Amino acid sequence: MVEFTVWDIVSNLLLAARWTVVLSLIAFLGGGLVGLALLVARTTPSRLLQKAVAGYVQLFQGTPLLMQLFLAYFGLALLGIETSAWTSAAVALTLYSSAFLTEIWHGCVRSVAKGQWEAAQSLALSFVEQLRYVVFPQAARIAVAPTVGFLVQVVKGTALASVIGFVELTKAGTMITNATFKPFLVYSCVALLYFLICYPISLYARSLESRLHAKRS
Amino acid sequence: MPNAPETPAIAIEGLRKSFGPNEVLKGIDLTVRAGEVIAIIGKSGSGKSTLLRCINGLETFEHGALRVQGQPLVYQDPAAMRALRQQVGMIFQSFNLFPHLSVGRNIKLAPGLVKQLSDAQSDETARRLLARVGLAEKFDAYPDQLSGGQQQRVAIARALAMSPSILLCDEITSALDPELVGEVLAVVESLAQEGMTLLMVTHEMNFARKVSDRVIFMHHGLVHEQGAPDDLFARPQTPELKQFLSSLH
Repeated sequence: MVEFTVWDIVSNLLLAARWTVVLSLIAFLGGGLVGLALLVARTTPSRLLQKAVAGYVQLFQGTPLLMQLFLAYFGLALLGIETSAWTSAAVALTLYSSAFLTEIWHGCVRSVAKGQWEAAQSLALSFVEQLRYVVFPQAARIAVAPTVGFLVQVVKGTALASVIGFVELTKAGTMITNATFKPFLVYSCVALLYFLICYPISLYARSLESRLHAKRS
Repeated sequence: MPNAPETPAIAIEGLRKSFGPNEVLKGIDLTVRAGEVIAIIGKSGSGKSTLLRCINGLETFEHGALRVQGQPLVYQDPAAMRALRQQVGMIFQSFNLFPHLSVGRNIKLAPGLVKQLSDAQSDETARRLLARVGLAEKFDAYPDQLSGGQQQRVAIARALAMSPSILLCDEITSALDPELVGEVLAVVESLAQEGMTLLMVTHEMNFARKVSDRVIFMHHGLVHEQGAPDDLFARPQTPELKQFLSSLH
């Protein structure tokens, strides 16, 4: 029987942790772009668009991420679209992140005083200009900290992608456990690695928060 | 100028506006000549601010017609609204300067975007207007570094940068400490003297009397009484206006 050293375990986990980071970044950036588009749609005066986006957000907030991953993995296959675990995980996490980011950012936009919109309107700015130059810069300042904080949720959410066979940190942990029969040791290392990824992000979010509250620009 | 039948700056006919079941404007008829200075007075809730906000489309109205420089107001048409709002500037009770932009950029923003002035042109305009409201040295300051009176003067400069022909002033001194009211009113008075068409909702009766050509007393969503300031203040005709004026002392 092969003996595994702790370094064997950790080095293999580290290799898998790359994919956790990559998947998180894809989900976060993709979710950010989709979320921004949804935010604009939600901010327009069109009732229909507002309702549609609100429905989208409710759908993703009201169902477990695990189900979303299953649906992306098996559902896309049913539609005849050939999907790898990679694509379905990326798609599901992107949609999930977009829903939450839209909701977070929408709250920030709403916290910008109504008078700001009115002043921009009465200066003849178009709707897009009102958003771009007056409302979003003010909302963004409020949004930075909760947005970075949400990144932590995304990182932890990627663990669920293991159930559809995507080999990231958690899945690698399970595979190594099956080979080593040392679940407590392996999962402790897995948890530690998650913590090492997430903790600096949380710290960064907190420092951003205090900095943006103290400074003007 | 001869009194040729020129296009009025603002023509309002039968304007009605409700917030839910509550009808705030109940059929306003009002014509404003170019260059006229109008003070709108009345109790709170009489519809003064709502009327003002209808003129630049911040509020939509249900019935009636509103023309600015002969052009009817069409909410559904963004291009028409954009054209209208370049004609009509507005100054708010709460200043509404953009807190994330310096004073200079507050003033330059709209001319750069809407009138597509070059940076040098809008810079020149902003500095000239700031000097005019007595704040030339505040170009690089941020709104939260200014007093209320200074912020309101910046807001006036910002509105003027779009070179509007009509200026709407919505209780622009109500949020100011008493000692800061004068500096803002002085700017408004100079605009009036230069022939700007001004509509102001105000509680400063002395100022209204001194500066305006016509005073409009609004009561329960209607123009209840109007006239030259000296007549209206000295010889109010209706019991409502008499009561309103006596309640001020």
